Amino acid sequence: MKVKYFAWVRERIGKAEETIEPPADVRTVGELIGWLARRGETYAYAFETPRVIRAAIDHAHVKSDAAISGAREIAFFPPMTGG
Amino acid sequence: MMTGAVNIRIQEADFDVAREIAALTQGRKDIGAVVSFSGICRDGEGNEAISALTLEHYPDMAEAEIGRHAESAMSRWPLTGLTVIHRVGRITPGENIVLVLTASAHRQAAFEAAEFLMDYLKANAPFWKSEEGAKGKSWIEARDHDDAAAARWTKS
Repeated sequence: MKVKYFAWVRERIGKAEETIEPPADVRTVGELIGWLARRGETYAYAFETPRVIRAAIDHAHVKSDAAISGAREIAFFPPMTGG
Repeated sequence: MMTGAVNIRIQEADFDVAREIAALTQGRKDIGAVVSFSGICRDGEGNEAISALTLEHYPDMAEAEIGRHAESAMSRWPLTGLTVIHRVGRITPGENIVLVLTASAHRQAAFEAAEFLMDYLKANAPFWKSEEGAKGKSWIEARDHDDAAAARWTKS
């Protein structure tokens, strides 16, 4: 699945997007954040405070307990400051 | 009854409010009220001056989400149409950031729908602002009261 990063999440990780293949036991958004955080220092830094990370699956906001199976695109970003 | 027009644009270029109002009302004699909200870049808060804002966004999601909320506004209030324009990229103090226009036969729907759309844009539209100030570039933090404002439109 494709994963996209925005704002300071993108800056800390150092990339805007990538393709990932999480193992079958990573089932929810929250578990995916944990799995990504273990990929390296930049990821750990980006996800150091999971409760401020917001997520979207296929362009719709989701909570951390949302299932990721079947997702084509998952995005992680800080709380939004539009408008 | 004519169908309503929903105009949504995300763009770097500035917009002309009068021209957008004219486009929304053109040819119609059933519009009694047009409400316009413009969000404008200020030059800072208190002692902290800023020289520019930069708006990053998630393109596909921003269009999808603003579209969903626009459709929600059209079905929730008797509007003849609405326009949302959100700029992205680098914006300096005094410049426009966002425009919401709503049109209706009467003012209550126009006012309420405009506020609903702005509260949504502030809380949940996938845009992120960073500012350039004396200390360099920094990300602006979201405010809890925007979430609270957006939440009050949720039907119980």
